[in-house]
Amino acid sequence: MSPLPASAALALGDDALVLSHRLGEWAGYAPVLEEELALANISLDLLGQARILLSLVGDEDELAYLREERAFRNLQLVEQPRGDFAHTIARQLYFSSYQRLLYEELARGDDALAELASKAVKEVAYHRDHAEHWTLRLGDGTAESHQRMQQGLNALWRYTDEVFEPIEGLSVDWPTLRERWTEQIAHVLQQATLTMPSGPQGDAWTAGGGRQGVHTEPFGRMLAEMQHLHRSHPGAAW
Amino acid sequence: MVTAGPVEETPLERKLREAAGSVPDPELPVISLAELGVLRGLRVTGPGRVEVELTPTYTGCPAIEAMSADIERVLHQHGIPEVTVRTVLSPPWTTDAISADGRRKLKEFGIAPPRTTGPATNGPVAVDLAIRCPHCGSTRTTLLSRFSSTACKALHRCESCLEPFDHFKELS
Repeated sequence: MSPLPASAALALGDDALVLSHRLGEWAGYAPVLEEELALANISLDLLGQARILLSLVGDEDELAYLREERAFRNLQLVEQPRGDFAHTIARQLYFSSYQRLLYEELARGDDALAELASKAVKEVAYHRDHAEHWTLRLGDGTAESHQRMQQGLNALWRYTDEVFEPIEGLSVDWPTLRERWTEQIAHVLQQATLTMPSGPQGDAWTAGGGRQGVHTEPFGRMLAEMQHLHRSHPGAAW
Repeated sequence: MVTAGPVEETPLERKLREAAGSVPDPELPVISLAELGVLRGLRVTGPGRVEVELTPTYTGCPAIEAMSADIERVLHQHGIPEVTVRTVLSPPWTTDAISADGRRKLKEFGIAPPRTTGPATNGPVAVDLAIRCPHCGSTRTTLLSRFSSTACKALHRCESCLEPFDHFKELS
């Protein structure tokens, strides 16, 4: 096996952990029971990935619960508040499409990341399927569902540039990955009668520095909630 | 321990593997770990010392910890004081690892078993495109949700007998 790119495991592990937490916030709030279960299941898959990835770097609990905001290497996309259901689906579409393409490529490697990627890519395929079907249903649904879906897509678009920033330690053909991602998203949105957001993917004020530890304001509040129990009761167990 | 190539299973290892394999799945107790195909191997690494390899169905499957604890308990009962259960990811588990008996038991329990995705190892190749209702056998079924009570199942409804049912999703 090739030596492990720890920085990469941290970046991908943080993506999975943070998105898992954001999806978990839907417990008790999802529009229907089936979706509550679906989002919780996707969250659980991501938490499983995060546990394996973070364990490649160090102690999973210490990394998840005792790091400060600036030490996290996740994308700013995954830390954004969950918003309404359409907003969450827009993020799921953007992220699961990216994660599937990335994991497909990583699965071809020969390091510890490849083992995880070839396992997780199958789960992520279901996540993407779920996001795609909801995008079609909301986009091609009522006037209100269409408008909310479009709003979610537009609002999160600015965070999608950072997604293709090369991760240290990974040999991935990023421009090709970006091209395929853009094609896939455009295809789904067209079928869903939605419009591909046209603004810049990055923006002056969203530096897109998640991989360098620069995060947006809502992330600090999310971490406070996520880490509060562990910090208040060190070593607590069920 | 260093071994050159695969080592033949000793009678003791066989007995212990069968004991570990007979542990019921914590979430679907009708099916055993052996039938689910998650028990990858068992080796006696020293006197009173056994190492077991277990693979998760899904990366985040919370049942894996209960499975490990149950295997340890059963092997302790078989006189093995030192049991190490290792989780292995590679090669990834697929639903084709579920045995024919396991599929039959799932169906009897009211869960539509996963369709086989790989080449059949023996017997005729079953071509089954629709998800069949485990209650009445009808193929007139509708997908309600891609995710059900656990990550490995999807929720369907039978349009013939109108009963909802879980389907063990294919993972190939």
